[in-house]
Amino acid sequence: MAHGGTTGVSLHVRGLSKAFRGTWALRGIDLDLGPGETLVLFGPNGSGKTTLIKILATLLRPTRGTGTLGGADLVREREQVRRRVGLLSHGSYLYEELTPRENLSFAAALHGGQPADGAVTAAIERVGLGAVADERVRTLSSGMQRRVTLARLLLNAADLWLLDEPYTNLDREATKVLEAVLQEHQARGGLAVMATHNFLDGFKQATRLGILARGRLILDEPRESMTFPAFQEVYTVRAEGGGR
Amino acid sequence: MDRLAGILGVGAGVLLAIGLWMGLVQAPPDAVQGDVQRIMYIHVPSILTAYLAFTVVLVASIAYLLRGTRGWDRLAHASAEVGVVFTAITLATGSIWGKPTWGVWWTWDARLTGTAVLFLIYVGYLMLRSVVDDRDRAGRYAAVVGILGFFDIIFTHMAVKWFRTLHQPSSLERGAIDPALYLPLMVNLGAFITLYVYFLLRRVRLGALEEAVEAEVLGG
Amino acid sequence: MSFLALTGQILRKDLRIEMRSREGVNTLLFFSTLLVFLFRFAIGSSEAQVREAAPGLLWLAFILTGLWGMARTFQIERENDCLEFLRLAPGDLGGLYLGKVVVGCCLMWAAELVILAMFGLFFHLDMLPVIGPLVPVLLLGTVGFVAIGTLFAAITANLKAREVLLPLLLFPLMVPILLAAGRLTDLGLAGDSLWAEPHWLRLLVGFDVVFLVLGYLTFPFVMED
Repeated sequence: MAHGGTTGVSLHVRGLSKAFRGTWALRGIDLDLGPGETLVLFGPNGSGKTTLIKILATLLRPTRGTGTLGGADLVREREQVRRRVGLLSHGSYLYEELTPRENLSFAAALHGGQPADGAVTAAIERVGLGAVADERVRTLSSGMQRRVTLARLLLNAADLWLLDEPYTNLDREATKVLEAVLQEHQARGGLAVMATHNFLDGFKQATRLGILARGRLILDEPRESMTFPAFQEVYTVRAEGGGR
Repeated sequence: MDRLAGILGVGAGVLLAIGLWMGLVQAPPDAVQGDVQRIMYIHVPSILTAYLAFTVVLVASIAYLLRGTRGWDRLAHASAEVGVVFTAITLATGSIWGKPTWGVWWTWDARLTGTAVLFLIYVGYLMLRSVVDDRDRAGRYAAVVGILGFFDIIFTHMAVKWFRTLHQPSSLERGAIDPALYLPLMVNLGAFITLYVYFLLRRVRLGALEEAVEAEVLGG
Repeated sequence: MSFLALTGQILRKDLRIEMRSREGVNTLLFFSTLLVFLFRFAIGSSEAQVREAAPGLLWLAFILTGLWGMARTFQIERENDCLEFLRLAPGDLGGLYLGKVVVGCCLMWAAELVILAMFGLFFHLDMLPVIGPLVPVLLLGTVGFVAIGTLFAAITANLKAREVLLPLLLFPLMVPILLAAGRLTDLGLAGDSLWAEPHWLRLLVGFDVVFLVLGYLTFPFVMED
């Protein structure tokens, strides 16, 4: 459900398909996501969740289909799309020998120019890492490292957040921060697409529920349309039972 | 396209037959080297055709990077393959020419070394293509190597030329070639170029068929 | 962001990482010492033989070390998928290439100094008269090596066969540099001025310019997809 946010950017995808040598990883994906919406994707391993996220991030080119983010074409206007996207992937994208502050400054510079004075510090404080802002990332726990990546998302002020298995390696503290900043992002009108195996938490964060099986989107419903147990049942039958 | 290839194939065969007869049988033997010098009629056209092939690789590679259409990539790949074959023929015939003339199968003379380096560069090109799974990515990487390789060969030739060489100056550079030798050389050159275009067309077609099969397998 | 700014960012980041991790420095010292020992055993017993072979061995040492250095440029980005992160950058990736080239040159020049010192120390070579003439060759030759090496390292970074492919692709392209370097080293060691054969220096400069430009132009295509 749209929260009438300020960004007004939306995501539209039609017929998105991706083939890797000999097999289809994604087939005919259609999506529409408006401001303030968070689509949470569930699906067995190999169902294409990561592939879809990478295409939305412009890291991969689709074999077929089109998509736009805020009007910018995913294939032909990649640079513009990249400015609007923030990605939380399997790899943390962190340089272990640098401090969180240095990592964030570098990331911000890479994303588009020098960050405003104090923006880096503000982002670090928001995720509760003020005390270790100048310690090498190598010395931080994996939960803390994840929080640094969340700070990076905040710093880039992206319209679309792409979160690939964000709950992995999170301690309790980091999980609280993740959900808090995600909710703030939604309230600002930002969009998010999350892929996760974590049913309960994913369900709670969603405004839309999605199931990917064997590369096809077999479910795409607002969260209000079903209870959690009902959703679990749908998943077990349709996704794990062969996805048809 | 197929008919054109067919015509070219026949044409190449005919030209080659004429050219080889002219060169290997009719033309007068060299005063110093004797009959073995006749191998020049294969050796020289071979390397010139290879240069043509790699120039096509350069152009097709640039076009592929800029346009992204598969046709350019297929052309680059095909031309590189045929070019490598002709380079190998050049090295082999050069070696055969060298044994009776210089007494050894191989020597580090300038031109031979340059040709060997040329061979290595484009064999590397083909190897790179074979290990990258994604066709488009393989094409892009190969295009980069194809472009850099071409410019590198220019520098390599300059560098090796400045070194001492016991290779005879190129047959064409030498200036006044006995006209009796010139004609067979040109005929063979024409034959080799025709042969190159024939192989090129066939190989490009093969590449298109391979891709079509893959697309079939993928299905709708 | 302007490509120069990106160059600066990469430069700062990589140098900082090198300074802190020490992995590069340690490996370099160990590797060059190892090479010196290997060469010594391989050459033979007489000092004269070693002196004869020294210039050639020097270039061999530079190249072997350089191969490791070039691979390293993008291997350090593999941890935590940072290479993917770099690909996400909007803007001119050519700047990223130039940054990596500058870092690579710094690393290589440092390596060359270390190797020269090792050679001087272990082979009792009087390096000082030798170094003078070698400097322009080392400076220019290294730039060309790094310009191509960085590009090919990016290409091979994620391939399983990278350890074979990088040298296979890189070495044949190095021939002009090796010939120029070899000839100029000969001149230098014989006490002649490098300007006796200026066309070699011009070749090196031309080589560097051409391949830096080609690298800058083609690098974005390598990083795509």
